[in-house]
Amino acid sequence: MQKASSLLNKYEEDFDNLSSINPGWSSDLRNKAMDTFREIGFPVRRKGNEKWKYTNARPIADVEYSSGKFEKMDSNDIKLIAPWHESWINLLFVNGHYQETFSGSLSTNIQISNMASNDLAENLTSNVGGIMDYSDDGFAALNTAFMSDGPIITVPEGENSGIVINLIFFNQGLSDTVNYPRVLITTGGNSIVSVIENYVGGSGDQTFTNSVSEIYVGEDATVNHYRLMNETDDTYDVGYGRVRIDTNGAFNSRSFFRGCGIGRYDLNVSIEGENASCDLQGLYFTNGAQHMDNFINIDHVRPNCQSNLFYKGILAGRSRAVFGGTVLVRKEAQKTNSVQSDKNLILSPHAEVDSKPALFIYADDVKCAHGATAGNIDADTVFYMRSRGIDLEAASRLIIYGFAGEIIDKVEIPELRSYLGESFLSSLPSHRFEF
Amino acid sequence: MSNSQKLIEIKDLHVSVAETEILKGINLSIGFGEVHAIMGPNGSGKSTLANVIAGRPGYSVISGDIVYKGSSILEVLPEIRARAGIFLAFQYPVELPGVRTWQFLKSAIDAIRNENGQEELKIRDFDKLLEEKRKLMEMDPDLVRRSVNEGYSGGEKKRNEILQLALLDPTLALLDETDSGLDIDALRIVSHGVNIFKSPEKSVLIVTHYQRILDYITPDYVHVLVDGKIVRSGGSSLAMELEEKGYDWVKDVVGEEVNP
Ligand SMILES: Nc1ncnc2c1ncn2[C@@H]1O[C@H](COP(=O)(O)OP(=O)(O)OP(=O)(O)O)[C@@H](O)[C@H]1O
Ligand SMILES: [Mg+2]
Repeated sequence: MQKASSLLNKYEEDFDNLSSINPGWSSDLRNKAMDTFREIGFPVRRKGNEKWKYTNARPIADVEYSSGKFEKMDSNDIKLIAPWHESWINLLFVNGHYQETFSGSLSTNIQISNMASNDLAENLTSNVGGIMDYSDDGFAALNTAFMSDGPIITVPEGENSGIVINLIFFNQGLSDTVNYPRVLITTGGNSIVSVIENYVGGSGDQTFTNSVSEIYVGEDATVNHYRLMNETDDTYDVGYGRVRIDTNGAFNSRSFFRGCGIGRYDLNVSIEGENASCDLQGLYFTNGAQHMDNFINIDHVRPNCQSNLFYKGILAGRSRAVFGGTVLVRKEAQKTNSVQSDKNLILSPHAEVDSKPALFIYADDVKCAHGATAGNIDADTVFYMRSRGIDLEAASRLIIYGFAGEIIDKVEIPELRSYLGESFLSSLPSHRFEF
Repeated sequence: MSNSQKLIEIKDLHVSVAETEILKGINLSIGFGEVHAIMGPNGSGKSTLANVIAGRPGYSVISGDIVYKGSSILEVLPEIRARAGIFLAFQYPVELPGVRTWQFLKSAIDAIRNENGQEELKIRDFDKLLEEKRKLMEMDPDLVRRSVNEGYSGGEKKRNEILQLALLDPTLALLDETDSGLDIDALRIVSHGVNIFKSPEKSVLIVTHYQRILDYITPDYVHVLVDGKIVRSGGSSLAMELEEKGYDWVKDVVGEEVNP
């Protein structure tokens, strides 16, 4: 208890310090969120805590963090560890603070503002906090209380130049530091935008990234959203994606996770207009003692909508992965078409996945299917390859790459696709397989 | 006959799977340039024999030996056997979801070349070779770009096996029921592929239930495998006799073993 109260004091202290420098527009929001955090704290309860059933948040909660301080990075160093391209708008945030934008000469109608700014128009700030409901979630409340820097991306009606916005949140890996990235994307009618969010960690003990992204998909708009978690063994990363889709809107999400100390991505998509769709695909790979938890909820509110949830996991070492995918089809959401699946390739007898796809259907005219699988590399498959001269290790690699390729190959940005195929995937630890 | 004239010699081979003895003393020698056919009832051990030669894990050799190009290969890993020229066309080819045919075959050919001190095939040369073999096997151009065997029909899978045979160009081809499930055109294409492969330095072992493939690929020897033993060997006419009279006929004459 002594410890717990000293930890809370630290948050109070940091909150006071932050309040003195943060812009006025967010103070109400942050104060309320801090109240909630004071009240509910971290979701560390082990009993009856359905949302955190397979992931113990205690190690994250037990560290006394100091706020990440801005330290300028050489952006050339960043270019080596995160995907970027000169035809994209690349925004770099270091330890939670905006550093710079690097891109070729681009002109775009998309407006990108920084939350840290004091003189933001009301129409930009009013949507911040509009989707993320933190009332029963300590991490989300904490992010909201401490948000200070982050992009507000506003895509005007009809914007369809195919621009890619690449957000790089780099955590230098200074021990015992926390940073709170915050993103808001709003899209006007009939627009298309692609946004990549990168959460990249340098190595260090117990650094903690606690992020929230809110995304509004407007009428007839399409948001292609990519999320890359590329943290290290010592990092904790708890992120939230909150999405609302309007009539005829489409939200396409491709998420890629390399495991870290404790990683969690809580993605919640609310389909609130008719004829809208979401397509959520993800790939996670974990090794060593890593832990990765994908907690996904899709809420079908309106009729004639579609959702596809397709995740794959590759697990090695003693790692754990959790896949919780829940689709709710409300009574009004007739003619819903929803598919969800989670497939896991388990490379080690000591790795484990808890995969729990679930469907709650209250409408009577729907098409829904779900399934989960976990299997090892198949011995017949390996022998087939060896009988062609391919050795065990190369065979295993081809199989793993093939497994992952099913998600990676669908990435529509060519430079990102090749980054994922080369850098991200090749970082898979080489592994000895036994048959 | 001296060893040097035989590509492979199987000597009194006893093999068990999960404690059950399946092969009960096989003697079989295949010389360079020869085509041998193995026929026999379901479950008699034909696939077991082909798989043991290719080095599939899961079989225990209790006694006997397999001598390939003059040395025992019992302790040799399957990939090393493959690189030394042993090729098995599977009775049930495996689907490799997500593994592109191009990547798979390029990896295979380079692994074999590396082992033999050759450098990796240039992409352009490989593409040319692959296209040549694809045409030989009359495969859809798209199949080569797809995942290996995924979503292929039974006949396409078998044709893909012979495409791999043509591409990898081994020394010993073990064809395990490659003819089963083929329509007349596919049978002709597959047989053509095998006949092109055949040469005085290369040998073929065909496992089959039917005479019809042997009309295209004439065997020098036909062996009948019953209950883990070769009970009869003869020339190509033996296959026709079997087709006419069935296996009961050979079962009756067990004991009159003839080996080439
Ligand atoms: N992995 C295994 N485990 C147990 N028994 C096996 C295994 N593999 C083969 N057998 C048994 O060994 C025997 C020979 O099988 P094999 O596949 O070699 O027969 P085959 O002659 O090829 O038959 P078919 O004509 O049906 O292909 C069968 O009785 C089979 O059930
Ligand atoms: Mg068989």
